[in-house]
Amino acid sequence: MSAAEDAHDHHDDHHHDHGPEKGLLRWIITTNHKDIGTLYLLFALTMFFVGGAMAMVIRAELFEPGLQFVDPAFFNSMTTMHALVMVFGAVMPAFVGLANWQIPLMIGATDMALPRMNNMSFWMLVAGVLLLASTLFMEGGAPNGGWTLYPPLVLQPITVGKALPFAIFSVHLLGISSIMGAINIIATIFNMRAPAMKLMDMPLFVWTWLITAFLLIAVMPVFAGAVTMLLTDKFFHTSFFNAAGGGDPVLYEHIFWFFGHPEVYIMILPTFGVASTIIPVFARKPLFGYASMVWATASIAFLSFIVWAHHMFTVGMPIAGELYFMYATMIIAVPTGVKVFNWTATMWKGAMTFETPMLFSIAFVVLFTLGGFTGLMMSIAPSDFQYHDTYFIVAHFHYTLVPASVFILMAAGYFWLPKWTGNMYNEKIGQLHFWLSVISVNILFFPQHFLGLAGMPRRIPDYAVQFADWNMISSVGGFIFGASQLLFLYIVIDTIRGGTGEKVSDEVWEDASKHSLEWTLPTPLPYHTWTTPPASVPTEHVLDSH
Amino acid sequence: MSTNSTYYIPHKATWPVIGTVGLMIMLAGFANFLNGSSIGQPLMIVGLLTFITMLVGWFSLQAKESESGMYNHEVGISYRHGMMWFIFSEIVFFAVFFGTLWYTRNLSVPWLGEGATKELLWPAFDATWPTNGPGKVGGEFEPMGAWGLPFLNTLLLLSSGVTCTWAHHGLLAKNRGQLIKGLIATVALGFLFVCFQAIEYHEAYTEMGLTLGSGVYGSTFFMLTGFHGFHVCVGAIILSVVLFRSTRGHFSPENHFAFEAAAWYWHFVDVVWLGLFIFVYLM
Repeated sequence: MSAAEDAHDHHDDHHHDHGPEKGLLRWIITTNHKDIGTLYLLFALTMFFVGGAMAMVIRAELFEPGLQFVDPAFFNSMTTMHALVMVFGAVMPAFVGLANWQIPLMIGATDMALPRMNNMSFWMLVAGVLLLASTLFMEGGAPNGGWTLYPPLVLQPITVGKALPFAIFSVHLLGISSIMGAINIIATIFNMRAPAMKLMDMPLFVWTWLITAFLLIAVMPVFAGAVTMLLTDKFFHTSFFNAAGGGDPVLYEHIFWFFGHPEVYIMILPTFGVASTIIPVFARKPLFGYASMVWATASIAFLSFIVWAHHMFTVGMPIAGELYFMYATMIIAVPTGVKVFNWTATMWKGAMTFETPMLFSIAFVVLFTLGGFTGLMMSIAPSDFQYHDTYFIVAHFHYTLVPASVFILMAAGYFWLPKWTGNMYNEKIGQLHFWLSVISVNILFFPQHFLGLAGMPRRIPDYAVQFADWNMISSVGGFIFGASQLLFLYIVIDTIRGGTGEKVSDEVWEDASKHSLEWTLPTPLPYHTWTTPPASVPTEHVLDSH
Repeated sequence: MSTNSTYYIPHKATWPVIGTVGLMIMLAGFANFLNGSSIGQPLMIVGLLTFITMLVGWFSLQAKESESGMYNHEVGISYRHGMMWFIFSEIVFFAVFFGTLWYTRNLSVPWLGEGATKELLWPAFDATWPTNGPGKVGGEFEPMGAWGLPFLNTLLLLSSGVTCTWAHHGLLAKNRGQLIKGLIATVALGFLFVCFQAIEYHEAYTEMGLTLGSGVYGSTFFMLTGFHGFHVCVGAIILSVVLFRSTRGHFSPENHFAFEAAAWYWHFVDVVWLGLFIFVYLM
């Protein structure tokens, strides 16, 4: 079918029967949002295990005091690379994968607005991660100054070896990838929505991704600028972060965290979106407070830009700065609290059932709230002097990432895989995966609160003997958690290959089509969907706000 | 209007992956070059050539598709969204360096000249702008004045904004001569700007002792003006392509996204220069 014919072919739909290309080439040159979504998700799943393997190295080394398995520089490489791989290789791409699959389905669009750029943003991600991973095999090893890449530490030869320029260019490529993905999402939501769907009818997942996309465009260039200055300071004699030349290393911290704080919300806002999608379906009720959810998301996004220096309370800021960043940070608890109460109120008196996606979502609400509370503790500047750079921080952000973002990604997998593939996953193994995960994740991270409060610093391969017991418990939890995720891998593969074999209805979940458009489409989904936009859209999710 | 099938969805794309591979090879080459490896330069060249091939191929394809009427109004809107947010990301990128200049001048340099830092470390340091820091990094230098070439360059870029808009009016009025003349003037003014900037840089390096290594003044000066100059080059190349297409009869008053995108980009570059002229040269 020539493209030129396409243009004149307004009445006839036959070119949409166009199936995928044959063979491996299909995946390289595809412009189909479902194919690209699949690529993103599989890539993210792979990186989840790569980053996970690094975490296993870390927990093995920390199982006992003393140096057991790896040398300290490699240990530091592992903490640095674990963070970079998980943030930029696993969690962010996984959510972009979900966005690719779900946004067009949920808004009645036939595909993403800019399909060729969609292909490019995926391959840029792969290129960026390849550059980053290549440093593992280099003289001097992978970067080991921490994922924040603070100067002057990261500019010292012993810290980076030959890795620094590769890491920096990797950040540039990942930034380009994210910005292209974000632009595509914004153009799709604004321009490809079914005419019947107003902005305040959009599913929460679409809303949260729209706001996340703005965050991405606003902060990825900031990170790119920061690492560019690292590059010129290292190789081109500039003095941005060199006090002798009139610069200031603290400036890097400000720029990094101006990116870094919105960045952590980039990972949590789509999490909120998926939770707000799943909970109403299994509570068999409309989402409580739809409009307040939208406004809370926007408020959190706005606040994320004006709180960055709470990551640097101990760096030596003027007292007015400390106070401002302390109070501004505390305010975030208000819109976040709105969300938690809304999820709880959605479940209140609902006809709840507890399939695997719902179990993961409920665990998310509980455990994310716990991570939020420790965040509130750290927002108090004087207290933060005790927590700063300890395992308390590690425990905090792992609670907001693992039993929050990662759990919700798992939930999303269980929730939508049957729709995408037409096959049902094995509920028994799903629930086993859930219970193993939710118990072991707490064994893994909860003791780290105690370690941090007792004074154990982050990013060290060895520690004083009084920290031995809780570290051993934490490591045991880590090994169980890591092993449990193999169950998820099994379930994903099994479901794609046929699952339980039972027939999956178009709705998959009872009354799901009242909540969102994708459940009105046939199961399994055809290669092209919504070649004609839906005439009406479900409004169950907005009932409470009208 | 009633179906999504009028929205053109390409069924495959080969250029994105070629461009990505090119860019990755180029950056891997650059990283190797910085590490002192001899394989760096050849890799950079191969990567750059691949990347340029992608640009030529992809944009030719887009131009062909656009001229054959495959893009309806909605496709045009998507492209405009794309360009608008791309420019927004560029603005943020420049904001980082403007922010760096602000922070350095108003916070970190004054801090170096007061309190314990002054008493214990650098009692002789005079914390005034411009400075290359208490370590006098890069040696003696003379700061760049505003009223020579930089002012001339301001006039050039402002005029080019006018000629660009004049060309746009020509396009809307179906006056092809005005469109082409306006674009020629814009491109010429753009490249003249780049030439003058090259002369300015040459003077800085050879006569004023001002280099990228001249402490934080040199760093911020060359980083800001250098990235801007690079954007002027890119903008002028984009406009040259638009000019070439205009001479081939492309664009109509209804369908000229490429022209609009180039013009937006050009105005963005123009506005950034005004910021530079005020904050880097004047203040």
